[in-house]
Amino acid sequence: MLSDEDRIFKNLYNDFGWDVESAVARGDWSQTKELISKGKDWIVKEVKESELRGRGGAGFPTGLKFSFAPKQVGSRPHYLVINADESEPGTCKDRDILRFEPHKLIEGCLITSYAVNAHVCYIYIRGEYANEGKKLQQAIDEAYEKKLIGKNASDIGWDFDIYIHYGAGSYICGEETALLESLEGSKGLPRLKPPFPALVGLYGCPTIINNVETIAVVPTILKRGSSWFALLGRPKNTGTKIFCISGNVNNPCNIEEEMGIPLKELIEKHAGGVVGGWNNLQAVIPGGSSMPLLPKDVCETILMDFDSLIEQKSGLGTAGVVVINKDQDIIKCIARIARFYKHESCGQCTPCREGCGWMWRVLERMAKRDATYKEIDLLYDVTKQIEGHTICAFGEGAAWPVQGLLRHFRKEIEKRCHGEPIVKKSPNIPYLIDQHLLEKDSA
Amino acid sequence: MPKIIINNKEVEFEEGMTVLQACELAGAEIPRFCYHERLSIAGNCRMCLVENEKSPKPIASCAEPAVEGMNIKTNTPFVDKARKGVMEFLLANHPLDCPVCDQGGECDLQDQSMFYGFDRSRYSESKRQVKEKYMGPLIKTIMTRCIHCTRCIRFATEVAGITELGAIGRGEDMEITTYLEKAMESEMSANVIDLCPVGALTSKPYAFEARPWDLKKTETIDVMDAVGSNIRVDTYGWEVKRILPRVNEDINEEWISDKTRYACDGLLKQRLDTPYVRENGKLKKTSWDNAFKILISKLKTVNPNEVAGIVGDLADLEMMYSFKSFFKKCIGSTNLECRQDRIYINPNERMNYIFNSSIKGIEESDLILLVGTNPRLEATILNTRIRKAYLKNKLKDAYNIPFTEGTLHEFVVSGDTQKDKGVKALDIAKALLDYGFHAPTIYFPNNVPEAMMIEPTESETKATLDRFVEVMLEINDNINVNPDLIREAPITTPVTRLDETKANRELDLRWTP
Repeated sequence: MLSDEDRIFKNLYNDFGWDVESAVARGDWSQTKELISKGKDWIVKEVKESELRGRGGAGFPTGLKFSFAPKQVGSRPHYLVINADESEPGTCKDRDILRFEPHKLIEGCLITSYAVNAHVCYIYIRGEYANEGKKLQQAIDEAYEKKLIGKNASDIGWDFDIYIHYGAGSYICGEETALLESLEGSKGLPRLKPPFPALVGLYGCPTIINNVETIAVVPTILKRGSSWFALLGRPKNTGTKIFCISGNVNNPCNIEEEMGIPLKELIEKHAGGVVGGWNNLQAVIPGGSSMPLLPKDVCETILMDFDSLIEQKSGLGTAGVVVINKDQDIIKCIARIARFYKHESCGQCTPCREGCGWMWRVLERMAKRDATYKEIDLLYDVTKQIEGHTICAFGEGAAWPVQGLLRHFRKEIEKRCHGEPIVKKSPNIPYLIDQHLLEKDSA
Repeated sequence: MPKIIINNKEVEFEEGMTVLQACELAGAEIPRFCYHERLSIAGNCRMCLVENEKSPKPIASCAEPAVEGMNIKTNTPFVDKARKGVMEFLLANHPLDCPVCDQGGECDLQDQSMFYGFDRSRYSESKRQVKEKYMGPLIKTIMTRCIHCTRCIRFATEVAGITELGAIGRGEDMEITTYLEKAMESEMSANVIDLCPVGALTSKPYAFEARPWDLKKTETIDVMDAVGSNIRVDTYGWEVKRILPRVNEDINEEWISDKTRYACDGLLKQRLDTPYVRENGKLKKTSWDNAFKILISKLKTVNPNEVAGIVGDLADLEMMYSFKSFFKKCIGSTNLECRQDRIYINPNERMNYIFNSSIKGIEESDLILLVGTNPRLEATILNTRIRKAYLKNKLKDAYNIPFTEGTLHEFVVSGDTQKDKGVKALDIAKALLDYGFHAPTIYFPNNVPEAMMIEPTESETKATLDRFVEVMLEINDNINVNPDLIREAPITTPVTRLDETKANRELDLRWTP
């Protein structure tokens, strides 16, 4: 278990106050000038060596991403964009950073902007986080007042401005290129890649986009050294991570823990255990709604980090752990997730636009015992036809939970398939007989 | 030239080509819906997926730039499966109404589903129904058939230059519509019918008139205006059913005006097809024999000098020649006329009646003299070129003009020479506000530094264009003399520069009276 001393977000529960004085007392803004004076290359190198991976879901190595920004500023300025459009169901880590640890984020923005040659940083906050946005704005105002950011920010000879932009409530705007489209004022439709945002991003300028948590941990990594961060967790899956545990647990919470903590320990120790005891556990979605679920036997031993979850054909995603116990109808749960994805698909690519609705409709019928055996394979086929055939990763996010269900709960679905025509079971019954009458007799 | 391997065959391609274009060079056919040569790349139909050796996922060939040494395969089971999957999704919510669809027989979806699709549907849910959208008297919409390729949106924005079409809603509820279902106003609007790969946008006058395979196709030149757009006339028996454009890069590219497209209904309907004789001040129907008899008897009694002949604009050369011979030899009169609009053109000099510069060359002309004409109505295709040439040639000394070719209607100016003096496109745009002009779009197109996109130029009067040119030159003069004046713009406009930081910080989320 992570010791209190190693925690990065000490004010995750607002025990110590979120204003700038309390933040400084906790060590924020303490060595900003010295860190920055060590140079851009040093910052990127330190982040690379810490093996920090993006906390927004894809787990892309952050240091590598920073190094993609052109070394020299050409005719177009560079931008840093912070993705605070946290819309993944089951995830609420960025929210607590925005309202309780805003100065960690702002300091991270300054350091990262300096490292990638950006003078302007945009924070794209989801529209529903209006109150969190207000708090962050107050924190930014405080930082401007204290001359921590603004002209000659923190006395380092670097001008730096932060602007907040509110989204309008679309899940797809959390996808980095759709976010840029939305920030530019158009409809949030993901862009084709390449070109990648690091070269052609916001307003066609080089842009580095990172999740709130990724940027917020950067100052602490630099202050305590990349080796400290790299020693936590396992190689390639280092550091600490905020886990959001929700669903059928006694004490749903946000908790910062070491990467690679066993899932069982996470649930039992921090979330007060599964409602009805561990044996009442049915499945766990380990990384927000877009990741495939894990059945109970896998949950016993699984470690919560990127690579070990990928081995189990799931993923850490945003680390939004959703616990589902046996009181829940698992098919209904996944059908609800499928409905969410049907609603949030942007409608650009054919497979996702048409496939999400198809999956949802089949799953709804399955939950209502209104599907046939044949449709189980059909559903799997549909998910496979969506996956990997779309512009952005939304297609995968929509297909994976359904694939997880089919992989681990196929028996459960088969039990409910009553829609199979009876003539198939006993071929002697004439084809044109009313099926409903037959069913009544056989019941 | 760089090389690429397609289906184990090495081909050379030009720098800047996409994988799809390279595949076409190699003779590998790639199915596509959203991709169109003359429109920007959307990459959203996903039909053109191909296998790239280095990528685990199939790639969209229309959007992927071809790179030296790529190994592309278009005929593997992997590609086949991807295409089948996409095709199944496209057909999932597409109605099975091909027998009553006007696009039937020339429908991209129909053709490609024959090649790349399943032979039956596995989709057993209810199909989507979409309400019809009103797009004016020329375009018939059956939006249930729409496959959301967005070709029509990109056409309206990029070629016709008027952002009249757009998509509302998202996911499977996305719908293509005009703003508040206003009729499309562009004189080129009906080109979206040709662009639509399915039967969602079809021609209203042509609805249920014929099937394409019954039509006889004749390639010809349009006579409705003097542009000479290249067209194809489709006839059923003796009836002209519709007019479609043909490709000619120098004249009409592949667009035609609505007048060209729809004037053919006059050939059939409300046409004078029997002779009339005026008796006691009233016109009365009569037979051709009777009409000729009356004609001969009248001609015999009149002095040949008092007879005059006039031929219409649409009469063909052979007919006019025989008419002229008849007048000369039989009647002995030379009173012939063909100009219905009373314009006098001296036929002695050839330059008087041919279009001296080519249509493409009009963009380089120093002087354009228009006499008694409104090109917007009389030569729509030419109009777009004239307006662009007018602005371009007046401003080319002061500003950098990035695009000089093509009939694209937006006029794009680049302010990069001004930037050297410390004035950004943003400042020029704000200075325009002082002069009473709308600020232009300044961050698009992306490939032009300091771009300013001025639109639409199609419907403005010449006075407005002149004033605009004057203002742009004045701004440039100011930049040379006193760049600070422009940098601080807008000055006289009551709207000052927004304090964006303040607006962001003091967010008013609630309306308070």
